[in-house]
Amino acid sequence: MLQTVVSEETGVAELVRLSGVNPNQCYQCGKCAGGCPLSFAMDYSPTVIMRMLQVGMLEQVLSSKTVWLCASCKTCSNRCPQDVDVAGLMDALRIMAWRKGSVDRDNRQAAFHRAFLHSIKSHGRLYELGLALAGSAASGRMTKDLDVGLPMLRKGKIKLLPPRIKGRRQIKRIFALTMESGGEQGE
Amino acid sequence: MSKYAYFPGCSLHSTAREYEFSTKNLSRELGVELVDVPDWNCCGASSAHATDRGLDLALNGRNLDLAAGMGLDLAVPCASCYRRLASSRKSLTENPELRQQITTLLGQPLALSSEVRSLLEVFTTDEALDKMQRGAKKSLSGLKVAAYYGCLLVRPHKETHFDDSENPVSLDKLVTLMGGEALPWPFKTECCGGSLSFTAEDSSRVLIERILNMAKESGAECIITACPLCQSNLDMRQLQLAKEAGRDYNMPVLYFTQLMGLVLGLGEKALGLYRHFIDPRPVLQKVGLV
Repeated sequence: MLQTVVSEETGVAELVRLSGVNPNQCYQCGKCAGGCPLSFAMDYSPTVIMRMLQVGMLEQVLSSKTVWLCASCKTCSNRCPQDVDVAGLMDALRIMAWRKGSVDRDNRQAAFHRAFLHSIKSHGRLYELGLALAGSAASGRMTKDLDVGLPMLRKGKIKLLPPRIKGRRQIKRIFALTMESGGEQGE
Repeated sequence: MSKYAYFPGCSLHSTAREYEFSTKNLSRELGVELVDVPDWNCCGASSAHATDRGLDLALNGRNLDLAAGMGLDLAVPCASCYRRLASSRKSLTENPELRQQITTLLGQPLALSSEVRSLLEVFTTDEALDKMQRGAKKSLSGLKVAAYYGCLLVRPHKETHFDDSENPVSLDKLVTLMGGEALPWPFKTECCGGSLSFTAEDSSRVLIERILNMAKESGAECIITACPLCQSNLDMRQLQLAKEAGRDYNMPVLYFTQLMGLVLGLGEKALGLYRHFIDPRPVLQKVGLV
């Protein structure tokens, strides 16, 4: 496949290293945007994101809604005729946004990820009730969430006590060596 | 008797307990032995892969190593867990340097399970289907089913050796084999929005309604799925759609394991049919399944 050079100055080269995906391979056919189930809600479609990265507009991409509205459904990656893993690039953009500290305080997707991972770090598995309570308290949406929360409790779909695995020490070690130390491992 | 290491994942122990019950009870009927991976941890989906690559791979590496210790292929009922485990196994197998980094993070040697398979694949082998046909006590005759695969069971095609990524047929074939009508419909692999239903409700609702509308227009009496998040998004959110938008779909969303179990004569309790928000029993009653 054609190899293209990415400028070091804009930070896109760092993104390419992190993701193993080169946005310059994209020839703007629009298939990713056409198949994306969330493009209607995005500020820039995946195809436009690819073009922005090609011209070095990394800052604008990192602060876009698109990056956080991507549901990782992988329709784009599956259909790209140039074999660009667009969904993989979206993951790398989110990782990069964390590292650069450019995640807004009111970013609800980011807050969800943080609370979710906190639960995994504490218990080794997801503790839904803890996650739901933390989420509701943070967003002030308690009454709205109760609409689904109470029926779930009644159906026995929420455990009251957290699960706890034996290997919690190892899980904590993984967290300490990855996201809590700036996440330089595993690149 | 075939034997697998079994990775239930967090949902099957909480929001999708009926998937867990029906899976375990069905496995006995099909002669498939599922042995829980000891002390498994959460696969991190859908947050770890969006936050830190090392974290994602180490969480999945630990599970793959535990499964490898059992010397069995890994069977995974949740589509998200399946994708994370299969994808991580591929990355770690193909990239020795990466594997070394993850070994360091784990602080232990990292063995990789022999193969990662979705539960759908495990329950639809020739052997299992043969067993089901011979043990069938009921038929889905008269039941119109929309087979919904969602995203991660079949995508991306580069990472999966199972079924087709754009037009999968395994669930459809299963429904037909059980005597039901698998409807042709275009939203087999549309996305339900996944965890966006917790954080971007308005956008997520559009996706969920699109799928429900299409299933209804196609004439479906129920949807079947092999993913706990798809199931809960499509089932539970119907409550909110009815309450907030006055739209009453009344579309039951079942796990494929529940329909297989019904055909093999398993009872409502063993299959957790009472745990759904949209009660599937009236539709099933109509065709003599309960």
